Amino acid sequence: MSPIIEVNNLSKKFKDIHAVNDLSFTVNEGDIYGFLGQNGAGKSTTIRMLLTLIKPTAGTINLFGKKLSTHRSEILSKVGAVIEKPDLYKYLSAYDNLSIFAKMSGLKVTKQLLMQQLKMVGLEERAKDVVRTFSQGMKQRLGIAVALIHNPALIVLDEPTNGLDPQGIADMRNLILHLSREMGKTVLISSHLLSEIELIANRMIIIHKGKKMVEGVVTTLLDPAHTLIEIEAVNNTLTKQLLKQSKWGVYIQNNPALQLMMNKADVPQLVNDLVAMGVQLLSVNSSHSLENYFLSLTTQSGHVEAFANRAV
Amino acid sequence: MWKLLQIELFKISKRPRTYIAFVAVAAIVFIFQFAFKADGQSYMDLMLQSVKDTFSFDRVQAINGYFMCYIVLNTLLIQVPILIALIAADSISGEANMGTLRLLISKPISRTQIILVKFAAATIFTIFLLLWMAITALFLSLLIFGAGDMLVFRSKGDESQILLITRDDIMWRYYAAFAYATVALTVIAALSLLLSIFAENSIGPIIATVCIVIVCTIISNINVPIIDKNIKPFLFTSYLVGWKGFFYIGTDPDGKTIKGSLENWPAIRSSLLILIAHIFILVTASVVVFNKKDILS
Repeated sequence: MSPIIEVNNLSKKFKDIHAVNDLSFTVNEGDIYGFLGQNGAGKSTTIRMLLTLIKPTAGTINLFGKKLSTHRSEILSKVGAVIEKPDLYKYLSAYDNLSIFAKMSGLKVTKQLLMQQLKMVGLEERAKDVVRTFSQGMKQRLGIAVALIHNPALIVLDEPTNGLDPQGIADMRNLILHLSREMGKTVLISSHLLSEIELIANRMIIIHKGKKMVEGVVTTLLDPAHTLIEIEAVNNTLTKQLLKQSKWGVYIQNNPALQLMMNKADVPQLVNDLVAMGVQLLSVNSSHSLENYFLSLTTQSGHVEAFANRAV
Repeated sequence: MWKLLQIELFKISKRPRTYIAFVAVAAIVFIFQFAFKADGQSYMDLMLQSVKDTFSFDRVQAINGYFMCYIVLNTLLIQVPILIALIAADSISGEANMGTLRLLISKPISRTQIILVKFAAATIFTIFLLLWMAITALFLSLLIFGAGDMLVFRSKGDESQILLITRDDIMWRYYAAFAYATVALTVIAALSLLLSIFAENSIGPIIATVCIVIVCTIISNINVPIIDKNIKPFLFTSYLVGWKGFFYIGTDPDGKTIKGSLENWPAIRSSLLILIAHIFILVTASVVVFNKKDILS
């Protein structure tokens, strides 16, 4: 699987606030990649940098193996996006909106193509109605039609289920799965709900305050047998170096804290090895499952309700 | 670029606010025409009061289509910047307000292209508005009031002047005046476009444009030597009414008007160049600012 998105040491600073801080991740071809974090974690800022709406303070973004800053037009012609709300020209019809954005994507527009696309999202009956009269769900579907009209290889969806009713959320989920499985699209989807990502994504990342906390395969990360170990030693930097050189290196999470995602059963062996390496341990916390870990992040900031929606 | 411009013009044509300007222009022109048809004689008596003993002219003939258009332009070209701002100030801020700016920028179009297309569309809107003014204020007035020689009232320093332009020497002056007005009003469009980049709704840039035009117009009309010398030459408002120069006909040493002549063509040409320089600076600034802007809307 070739990488479609490669983000390296990406940072964005707004005055004194680090919205995104030294973030690195890779999305491979065919992935449904979940981009998880509480509100204000830096998801939208990262997505906006991927779509050139915001310029990074530092770091590089490569899409389709090419540098975004130098191959912008070529790259964006292969990307479809719904950024937060699917805002469209409210005074124009669904047909006209679709036609305009198709032309902007460099597409040769035909009536048949536009109607086919509207039919795909169930809006062919409302083609001539102005968007102002549409419900949130209909706008969202039209937004998806706009994002897909030029048959992009990469689809970026920023909180696509916001404001949708349960049926709308289920429809959206099915559409994303269809795009990935049947059409081979690569999808990057952001959400603040672990439940949403868990149901559709194959790989995911959790970011918090602009930094990467955990990244990996969803089934592994959410496996109850796995746990997130947080180690505190007298010298954390040295301990991290020693671990990297050992067999435990592959479990180290790429974030500022010294954390390892691993099988619970292996924890005693890890502690033994650390002692054998001469590490002066202060604490080893192994109580977190990913679910609890994410909950702890959201709870710290008083965003428990985001997690409470997990049952949706 | 052409495809993008077509899209932009299509969007403008579909917005109800676009037609406010055309309705406003038509309403003002019709009021003028109605007032002059009903009681134009009184106006002419008042204007010619000071020269009634020295200047002989058929006052009924004086109120003709050409004269009407000149009166209307004198009034309208001061107010039209507001109508231009209604559209141009909405160019970027309107997209930001609707949320479509995000989608627009995530398309394979450069930001420079977006600004140039928005500017071109605002310019085309300005041209159409002036064409509409020409149709209503000039051609419709000619239909209602007929053609004839044209009187131009002018204040020059402390004295008032009345110039007479023969009917066969007028039309080209109007074409030139409308072309000049297009350039002058395009400066307003460029200013509004620049201001619209900084805002996320169109009210702010519209008000800011109108305020700048009012403040600069007031400064342009202050007769203080230090302002005349150091500030006025740099204000675009000092050149907005330069179109009148096409109606200041040249005279021979005996004071007789010379057909087809202009009193001060170099001044008109220099005003035009200064306005074009303003447009260039404002559009360049828009491109630079927009390219650096983070889209957070």
